[in-house]
Amino acid sequence: MTSAHPGLPEFDYVKPASLKEASQFLAQHVSEARPFSGGTDTFVRMRDGFFNPKYLVDVKGLEGTRVLKFDEKEGLTIGAAIPMNRVVAFADSARYPLLVEAAKSVASYQLRSRATIVGNVCNASPAGDTIGACLAYQGVLNIHGVDGPKTLPLNGFFTGPGKNLLKPGDIVLSITLPVPSKGHAGRYIKLGRNRLSDLSIVGVSAMGVKDSGTKSGYKFHLAIASVAPVPFVPAKAEEILASSPLTPETIAQAAQAAMDAVTPIDDVRGSAQYRKFMVRNLVSRAVTEIMQKLSA
Amino acid sequence: MGFHQISVKVNGNDEVVTVSSNMTLLRMLRESLALTGTKNGCAAGECGACTVMLNGEPVNSCMVLAVEVDGQEITTIEGLAKDGQLDVVQKTIIEKGGVQCGFCTPGMLISARALLNRNPHPTEEQVVEALVGNLCRCTGYSRIIESVQAAAEHS
Repeated sequence: MTSAHPGLPEFDYVKPASLKEASQFLAQHVSEARPFSGGTDTFVRMRDGFFNPKYLVDVKGLEGTRVLKFDEKEGLTIGAAIPMNRVVAFADSARYPLLVEAAKSVASYQLRSRATIVGNVCNASPAGDTIGACLAYQGVLNIHGVDGPKTLPLNGFFTGPGKNLLKPGDIVLSITLPVPSKGHAGRYIKLGRNRLSDLSIVGVSAMGVKDSGTKSGYKFHLAIASVAPVPFVPAKAEEILASSPLTPETIAQAAQAAMDAVTPIDDVRGSAQYRKFMVRNLVSRAVTEIMQKLSA
Repeated sequence: MGFHQISVKVNGNDEVVTVSSNMTLLRMLRESLALTGTKNGCAAGECGACTVMLNGEPVNSCMVLAVEVDGQEITTIEGLAKDGQLDVVQKTIIEKGGVQCGFCTPGMLISARALLNRNPHPTEEQVVEALVGNLCRCTGYSRIIESVQAAAEHS
């Protein structure tokens, strides 16, 4: 990061003609090749010297990466080449309001012309804005590997900052979000250093739905960005919200449980202690707003 | 490092350019095609000075590889005026005084034109949202926002 305008380091651009070729190339050049789609994170990290691949493999032309469709049985499938702006503009995305809200919070309009949901997921950044929504909607990744197609649930996919369960040669072609529960409500509250466009200091994704199978009558999915090595699901908080009548005290108790469970770090965007307090406040706010939406 | 010959339509003109793998669209426009209206600011997709239209959608040209735009259409600030007539948003930004040093202006105008193309009558909030990725360190934004709103009224 010595130059104010660093160019991209040297690499070879590779555009494979088939999925088989792509997976084989990536598997044969494990430490030298990286797949990319929008490049909005890849190029920044290369300029910063964070990684320096010999080959960049463009997945945008590959079969199955350009799909964007909704199916009443399978749900919403978003290809790896589909930029976030197209997801936001797609009519059936309105069935997934939490995803739309989260996608619209990413950087700027022109960045979202390139940035993709699948790229956001594969990057496995703890700050990834759309990951919480994909977790809440119980997303499943459709992958092509050296042994052919396979699927992986997003739950459990993240293993560390920038780390995930993908194997050499694996290419995520798309993500499928199953048909969500009818009448659910979502809220993504992103705390940045400015109101729009920043990375999150803390990001709270929350989804709630009426559920006669729980003691509280509601079921909540929560995921919190930028507070742990991976996108964090506060299981205890979700449990509290399912097991007691949802009074302000219960919500406060759940928010406290989320605050106690997160393990943020100090960084340029905020201190660990500040992040913990913000987790408590924003979980409480998100759940309260969802309750208002559900009872409206 | 590999080189690639690409065909691209820039401001309505067909161009054939030889580009290296690591050449960005921004560098190709400025250095291969001498279209220096598009500016190099942060080189990280944050400031928007390099914004151009790729198939009608605004993108940060520092975040797109030249080789990726093979067969695509690009519009830069040089292509905004038509038949010697400034685009309406170029006119209103002059009238309203939305330009000081001018470095952000090309990217700002591309984002504004793209907004008006997809939403001819944006609210003030929609203008702000569309211009979030274009940083200006001179004007304080008010006059830029007014310029876009005035352009919407004119069209």
